[in-house]
Amino acid sequence: MSGREAPRLVELVEEAQRVLAICNACRYCEGYCAVFPALERRLAFDESDIHYLANLCHNCGSCLYACQYAPPHEFQLNFPRLLAQVRKQTYKKYAWPAFLGAAFERNGLLAAVATVAGIALVFLLSALIADPARLFAAYSDAQGSFYAVIPHGVMVTVFGLAFVFALFSFAMSFARFWPDTGERVGDFMAPPAFSSATWDAAGLRYLDGGGDGCTYPDEKPSFARRRFHHLAFYGFMLCFAATTVATIYHYVFGIRAPYPFWSLPVILGTLGGVGLLVGPAGLLWLKYVRDPDLTDRSQTGMDVAFIALLFITGLTGLVLLAVRETRGMGIALVLHLGAVLALFVTLPYGKMVHALYRFAALVRFHIERRRPLPEIGTE
Amino acid sequence: MDFTRVYDVLVLGGGNAGLCAAITAREAGASVAIVDAAPKHLRGGNSRHTRNMRTMHTAPVGPMTDAYPEEEYWDDLLKVTGGLTDEALARRAIRQTAGHLPWMIGHGVRFQAPLGGTLHLSRTNAFFLGGGKALVNAYYAAAEKLGVAVSYETEVVDVELRDGRFGSATVARHGAEHRIAAKCVVVACGGFESNLAWLREAWGPPADNFIVRGTPHNMGRVLKVLLAKGAKQVSDATQGHCVAIDARSPRYDGGIVTRVDAVSLGIVVNRDAERFYDEGEDFWPKRYAIWGRLVAGQPDQIAYSIIDAKSMGKFMPPVFPPVRAQSLGELAAAFKLDAAALERTVREFNAAVRPGTFDHTVFDDCRTQGLTPAKTHWARAIDTPPFFGYPLRPGITFTYLGVAIDDRARMLMDDGKPSANVFAAGEIMAGNVLGKGYLAGIGMAIGTTYGRIAGAEAAQLVRA
Repeated sequence: MSGREAPRLVELVEEAQRVLAICNACRYCEGYCAVFPALERRLAFDESDIHYLANLCHNCGSCLYACQYAPPHEFQLNFPRLLAQVRKQTYKKYAWPAFLGAAFERNGLLAAVATVAGIALVFLLSALIADPARLFAAYSDAQGSFYAVIPHGVMVTVFGLAFVFALFSFAMSFARFWPDTGERVGDFMAPPAFSSATWDAAGLRYLDGGGDGCTYPDEKPSFARRRFHHLAFYGFMLCFAATTVATIYHYVFGIRAPYPFWSLPVILGTLGGVGLLVGPAGLLWLKYVRDPDLTDRSQTGMDVAFIALLFITGLTGLVLLAVRETRGMGIALVLHLGAVLALFVTLPYGKMVHALYRFAALVRFHIERRRPLPEIGTE
Repeated sequence: MDFTRVYDVLVLGGGNAGLCAAITAREAGASVAIVDAAPKHLRGGNSRHTRNMRTMHTAPVGPMTDAYPEEEYWDDLLKVTGGLTDEALARRAIRQTAGHLPWMIGHGVRFQAPLGGTLHLSRTNAFFLGGGKALVNAYYAAAEKLGVAVSYETEVVDVELRDGRFGSATVARHGAEHRIAAKCVVVACGGFESNLAWLREAWGPPADNFIVRGTPHNMGRVLKVLLAKGAKQVSDATQGHCVAIDARSPRYDGGIVTRVDAVSLGIVVNRDAERFYDEGEDFWPKRYAIWGRLVAGQPDQIAYSIIDAKSMGKFMPPVFPPVRAQSLGELAAAFKLDAAALERTVREFNAAVRPGTFDHTVFDDCRTQGLTPAKTHWARAIDTPPFFGYPLRPGITFTYLGVAIDDRARMLMDDGKPSANVFAAGEIMAGNVLGKGYLAGIGMAIGTTYGRIAGAEAAQLVRA
């Protein structure tokens, strides 16, 4: 992190300490989500507590509308926006390698450049390694169309490296973040807390505003965001499963792509692709109509970039499926692989990292929940 | 809102009681309008600052544990009011609370199991998810869906009342005056605690040091007009819910976070660095309601809650950090107290403390001997630096001076006869039930009960 940005985090920590003192004395919101029970366990909040609470927040917005101290009250308390601002600082602070934390400042631009670069790279690979003419030819499925455009070995190497790098970067960020919470690494994997956190994350438990749905995109409780997020997330996971199954087909059974329409990889990929269209489209629409009071506008670029990349990945994948026996296959493949490459490369430097810190925060919440409450008397 | 239209029911004040009345009347078929003095973000009067409703129940229900039968509820009320209550009206309010929960849920209010600091209230009080502002938001959404007209920033300046019959209300909005005629009216516009001049009239100069914990909009204008035009008065202007809060709180609207829960763990001294009341008389939740009046009775209406390191962190964290000092002299200097006097007070207190086993969760045996005033529980020597202090002021929450009603929420006139078409609900009539003292969550019980009764009676009246 550069010296110029450091005071920003310091200011946010100070503001968070002021706001958390108000929240801790009030506690009216404690039924909404995990953040409030977690803050009630504390009397003082250091920087790591503030990163923890910020990443435990799902930005559902319910506490803002319920807050008797929200602007224009003189306490000027906007808890969801403050925590959103802190989250950006978490992403920057724990990015690996550290200098890439700066990527969170101009994230929309970064993702756009990555997308163009990804497509260009795949195009170059296909053009340089294979005969450029093959790019515009039509193939039947039986001819192993994809690998005619980009050899299998090249594809595996490039995407394997990108994927391993993303995983490694996430692991390094986690390795820097978790010790700062003061919890032991061994406790992270301990079954009770880990499984509770997995359950909460898988169901987006805290995107429910305490039961009726969260106040997103406006004051009226709704489950729209949870549902679109489910479509996006499970769409992503289905696509990932499709790739995994295809890898097994290839290496274990020696069955080469393209696979028939009713084969497992294609069914999984098609369902996932539809999820990646509908989910991100819905999330983008919600973002467009949401109450501006709930957000940190400096992060809109990052949010939109990630959602858009997911959408483009889904869209190009389905287009590829539709045109794979036509002359358009080569271009569709290049676009799809370029989008996937851009998505992988930017995973650790974009909105995707919210999943890492949110999950770590949920695990910590469940570790703490099993400890006795501190003695703080009664109201 | 259309000021020229003649509504069936006009509701003055859009807090809990007014909203309950408006929703009930509208659902019974009446046309209804609410006028509220506050801008939209401050709507809901003091209901915005509430958190729970004291609710009778005979078996565990929803968020509530065990049972809280009518007789126990009544006994609790009798204890705090010392008998200054109308038994018929009080019992009606108590009984009806049992049926409020499903009605409230039906209109969008959500409840939660109490956690952490409020567990001890889980048997007697139903907690609103998100607190009173969330409740108010839910009711406004329900009212607007039903077609209730709402006008914010609309202050009632006069009420036309002839021989106990309401004709119209004169309101001011953005500098213009309008006359709103209606077939009947529900007055639900609170007490007068925001009116510093009126507080001064009632309390004298000490009122200048009062802090108003809630809305700045309860000026008591309608109350004053009604009393001047022949409504029968209940309670008096010095009665209300007044607690000791942090002296650094904002003049208005500080709400719940301004409370200081350290009192029973240490000592409280006045401007002259002298103790003046038994800090350990009872559990703090049962005693906080008397400390506002106690501080109001001290010179300059200021007091200081002082604890030492042993007690730090053992109570609900207040919003403002304590003044922290390594010695009593330093603490005295920070509060501009006479250091020698404070040291003497603490020395005498420490010398009077008898050995005991400290336990803040029960009436323990830690007390003083031969000291006036005594500290009868949780007395431990103030001897372990650092020392901490919180300055205290009287924080007025709401006032009990109001209009008398009958059990159909009809406002009574001086001759004891009910008004033909004026109903009252909420804080403006709470003094009928609560002549003095306070019971957590009873304001919302009174407001919800008489709000719903007033709405039903008003709708019935216009239908007839």
